[in-house]
Amino acid sequence: MSDIDKDFTIQNYLEFLENKKLMGSKCKDCGTLYTPVRKLCPKCNTANMEWMEMSGEGELAAFTSITVGTPYFIQKGYDRNNPYCFSIIKLKEGSMVSAQLVGVDEKNPETIKIGMPVKVKFLETEIKGETKTDLGFEPA
Amino acid sequence: MAKLARKVALVGAGMSKFGNHFPVKRNPDLWIDAWLNASKSVDNGIEPKDIDACYVGNYSSDLFNHQGHLGPQMANLVGLTPKPAPRFEGACASSGIALRQAIIAIASGIHDVIAVCGVECMTELPTAGVTDVLATASDSLFEFPAGATFPGLYGTLASAHFKQYGTTAEDLMRVGIKNHENGAENPYAQMQQSIKDMMASKKKRYEEQGRDIPDWNDEFDFLKSSSNPIIAYPLRLFDCSLITDGSACLFLASGDKAKRFTDTPIWITGTGQGSAALSLHDRDNLTSFIAAREASRQAYEMSKLKPKDIQIAEVHDCFTIAEIVAMEDLGFYEKGKAVEAIRNGESKRDGSLPINTSGGLKSKGHPVGASGAAMPVEIFKQMRGVAERNRQVKFDVERALTHNLGGSGGTCVVTIYEK
Repeated sequence: MSDIDKDFTIQNYLEFLENKKLMGSKCKDCGTLYTPVRKLCPKCNTANMEWMEMSGEGELAAFTSITVGTPYFIQKGYDRNNPYCFSIIKLKEGSMVSAQLVGVDEKNPETIKIGMPVKVKFLETEIKGETKTDLGFEPA
Repeated sequence: MAKLARKVALVGAGMSKFGNHFPVKRNPDLWIDAWLNASKSVDNGIEPKDIDACYVGNYSSDLFNHQGHLGPQMANLVGLTPKPAPRFEGACASSGIALRQAIIAIASGIHDVIAVCGVECMTELPTAGVTDVLATASDSLFEFPAGATFPGLYGTLASAHFKQYGTTAEDLMRVGIKNHENGAENPYAQMQQSIKDMMASKKKRYEEQGRDIPDWNDEFDFLKSSSNPIIAYPLRLFDCSLITDGSACLFLASGDKAKRFTDTPIWITGTGQGSAALSLHDRDNLTSFIAAREASRQAYEMSKLKPKDIQIAEVHDCFTIAEIVAMEDLGFYEKGKAVEAIRNGESKRDGSLPINTSGGLKSKGHPVGASGAAMPVEIFKQMRGVAERNRQVKFDVERALTHNLGGSGGTCVVTIYEK
């Protein structure tokens, strides 16, 4: 992936997400992988990165099922009777990301198991005629 | 090894009544209440002319009240302008940072006496607005789009703690039950009711309304019922601290000036502050706060004390799980072992290590930017043996600690106090 000629900015990371690609950056000096993308490797204090596309496979590291949501998620239609899951996913490649977890029984969160395999699912939301893509995961 | 170049003493501490005060009281009114209350606690009295600076801790008056630049506003109200009046922000650790910076300024010799102000007026916004403002203390770029709320982030941490250490929802409830028992004894607390008191008043209300009276056997029955709905699994309503308006005031003095104010100063012998990645997903550990471990390491090293030397502590129980993690991060208990201590009642008022005798953020209330300054108020009272009602611990407190966490653990300030 190192042939991608784009700066390691948040905006470029988000544009990849809009195009349904989960990208990270890998430090060419020490090999550490960052998701979301970082330009500077704090371990080496160098800016010697290359883009890497993630496989989208991982496991559930931690989660919650939220009944009192954020304005954005209320706008998406979630509420006390229709909760959603916020989760932290440990990617197969080793780094972690925050994402909505879908395809699970949010009303019975005790059925959701930490450690279960998950795969990426890009979630599209239409707001004011525009489609926005957010990072999501679902059981693999 | 970091040390304080001069001795620093806490010579006075007080707070406003915590509660739901807007619009009857706003930031200026709350701060004046705290100032007057703290002034009364100074044995030989204190005047604005005795004070060199006013250090203000506040999280977000900008978003809660559409008012920035709070430092000079607060200083002027108590006669401290034109002296320096900086404001410090570190989410819920804002006034913990103001306290630490005041300690450092006095130790450095730049100032001799400083008034520390912690203040926050949250209820000017409706609950949804408060939730939104609080969420800006987490990572708005990457945690927001995934739906993170503050209870959600702590619920996520709780899920990891449950999985790794077998912590249970009942353990969380034990923290809440204890803190409400303490808050019921604190005349400055927002909710001066034990869970049992609340159950009784609820039953009475149902009876008056002619509704079926619930048959809860004990607090756990009540806390597992629909009266205590899930907010962010596994956290329920009573696992969450309160939305609060309030202020606290601390008077700090250098060692040589302290004697002018009191014969019995409380010495601050350790201060530490740590930081961590704002996003939980950028951290190596989801069951511990590295900022808290770092802050306490610094504070213990400076004071030359060890966790076992601490006799009481006020810790940042913004959610019940946070108190459990704090007990472990501060080294009071090994990882995963704090719940055993809680089950044994060790953290109760009559236990071997009383925690949050004030009622904590859970029952006393959590005006976010003021909480870090309110914690030492309880320590000051307990160390002098003057805690109100029935909550004074039954032994002489010589060594105590406060633990003030910011956001979802991005900042932590730990302070150690000795007689």
